[in-house]
Amino acid sequence: MKVLVPVKRVIDYNVKARVKPDQSGVDLANVKMSMNPFDEISVEEAVRLKEAGTATEVVVVSIGPQQCQETLRTALAMGADRGILIKTDDKVEPLAVAKLLKAVVAEESPELVILGKQAIDDDSNQTGQMLAALLDWPQGTFANEVKVDGGKANVTREIDGGLQTVALDLPAIVTTDLRLNEPRYASLPNIMKAKKKPIDMKEIGDYGVDVAPRLTTVKVTEPPVREAGEIVEDVPTLVSKLKAKGAL
Amino acid sequence: MAVLVFADHDNASLGDATHKTVTAATQFGGDVDVLVAGKGCGAVAEAAAKISGVRKVLVAESDALENALAEAVEALVVPLMDGYDAFFAPATTTGKNVAPRIAAKLDVMQLSDIIGVESADTFVRPIYAGNAIETVSTADAKKIVTVRGTAFDAAEEGGSAAVETVDAAAGNGKSAFVSQEIVQSDRPELTSAKIIVSGGRALGSEEDFNKYMTPLADKLGAGIGASRAAVDAGYAPNDYQVGQTGKIVAPELYIAIGISGAIQHLAGMKDSKIIVAINKDEEAPIFQVADYGLVADLFTAVPELTDAL
Ligand SMILES: Cc1cc2nc3c(=O)[nH]c(=O)nc-3n(C[C@H](O)[C@H](O)[C@H](O)COP(=O)(O)OP(=O)(O)OC[C@H]3O[C@@H](n4cnc5c(N)ncnc54)[C@H](O)[C@@H]3O)c2cc1C
Ligand SMILES: Nc1ncnc2c1ncn2[C@@H]1O[C@H](COP(=O)(O)O)[C@@H](O)[C@H]1O
Repeated sequence: MKVLVPVKRVIDYNVKARVKPDQSGVDLANVKMSMNPFDEISVEEAVRLKEAGTATEVVVVSIGPQQCQETLRTALAMGADRGILIKTDDKVEPLAVAKLLKAVVAEESPELVILGKQAIDDDSNQTGQMLAALLDWPQGTFANEVKVDGGKANVTREIDGGLQTVALDLPAIVTTDLRLNEPRYASLPNIMKAKKKPIDMKEIGDYGVDVAPRLTTVKVTEPPVREAGEIVEDVPTLVSKLKAKGAL
Repeated sequence: MAVLVFADHDNASLGDATHKTVTAATQFGGDVDVLVAGKGCGAVAEAAAKISGVRKVLVAESDALENALAEAVEALVVPLMDGYDAFFAPATTTGKNVAPRIAAKLDVMQLSDIIGVESADTFVRPIYAGNAIETVSTADAKKIVTVRGTAFDAAEEGGSAAVETVDAAAGNGKSAFVSQEIVQSDRPELTSAKIIVSGGRALGSEEDFNKYMTPLADKLGAGIGASRAAVDAGYAPNDYQVGQTGKIVAPELYIAIGISGAIQHLAGMKDSKIIVAINKDEEAPIFQVADYGLVADLFTAVPELTDAL
């Protein structure tokens, strides 16, 4: 079974995004970029499926600028077998990403595509579900546990009130939640080995997919700032202040 | 213009997120209909019909809809959208699961987690864990939107909409419900609680999480939340997680206990009316957003606070 894992290069999760003074977007110049944390979880899950003998090959794909190669190398160092970079300097919206991924699925014929539930830059939480719809595949989103067995994937999902398990016919789409696993750190020998693993360089034009944006950013602004309040001395002071405010 | 609102419910009762989504839909404009997809959900449909401003309630029932399987909801909604300009779903886990499938089938970019409606094609939404607020307009003919509940007031009761049955489409049949573990609790739900007490990694164990957080929550009639670190460590269940990738809350009072205040946690609670932080590290970033900070060891401060109430 082949597993395809789309990985996105995003602002590092430790960095606080800054809005550009001209309100045109977020300033990413000289900002540390990393693999979307949910995508690390996806890569880890795919590599574990391979280590368990369930998966035969793990292919990672990224859509974005040349530097996404580094993101792919990180995934290869974690244990993925090969990468595909669909190079573009333009912003590609989730619907267009889903269409490109559908084209990649047509070429690669994976039985499982594992995506992150959400990219921490656009916070869209939609690409996986869209890909599932375009392929007419079943989906197991916000996965807390994935078991693949006998042509089916049993996915336990994190939902608002607790957990839900669904059984999906393969091929299927899974999107990962935080508790699915703890991604490994790549070892130095594996980082060296990853340098020799192949990355296929593609252009959007290779896929004949319409990626024209549908959305226009009117402006990007700072959220209202919250002023730090006061440090209270002790519990009785806290209680009396809260009572005075009518909060208790 | 007409908007179809996807109802949040558990087949027995209608969730408050529906009322908030109706408010957002009303701001969008036009007729507002509510879709109740489920099984044995007659009472939910009756409740939806009472929301003020709703024109009619559509009810679809089937086994696959009972658990809101995304494939079945997609098959139900896509043909219905011939008669609507927009689909508004609450940004609950169910809404987030189904809406993008419908968007993709209609060849539309979804607008996720909106906090404002500027006009019939322009919406406001947080990005980058709420560190930036984007105003965005769409060129798509139909609008597919998920709505952040904390940003909209609940629509009032007082309506008397007609209830209509619609056929539930079969779906692609490639997914099946297996089981569900829903935590039963008498506590207020996080997304609608007036007061939330939230515990972090500092609680140290599941026993201590319960021992220190529960009596305080009981005294305050509060919902209980947690940081990701506390959930990952197994001190609290998954659905307690507040933050960028957990629940977004905005209660009257949020008490953060032994939580450092990482960007991802702040993203889920910084719109709370009053924030209290109890942390033994005076440098903890949580104090930068707290109205009242108490620099103290939680294991003494929390029992003292509980007793003082
Ligand atoms: C992709 C991604 C998504 C994430 N999503 C979320 C999310 O939705 N929600 C979320 O919360 N986090 C999220 N995180 C995690 C986040 O980055 C932080 O790691 C997490 O919030 C830290 O939890 P914490 O504050 O409980 O733990 P810590 O950061 O370890 O803080 C513990 C705090 O307790 C204090 N303390 C210790 N002992 C005591 C004591 N005895 N008395 C009082 N205070 C004490 C310490 O001073 C410290 O400030 C996400 C991370 C990633 C990468
Ligand atoms: N440009 C991209 N390249 C590769 N994968 C992507 C890209 N954009 C989104 N994805 C995948 O889709 C997931 C969800 O993203 P989003 O819908 O934008 O929140 C991510 O975790 C990735 O797995």
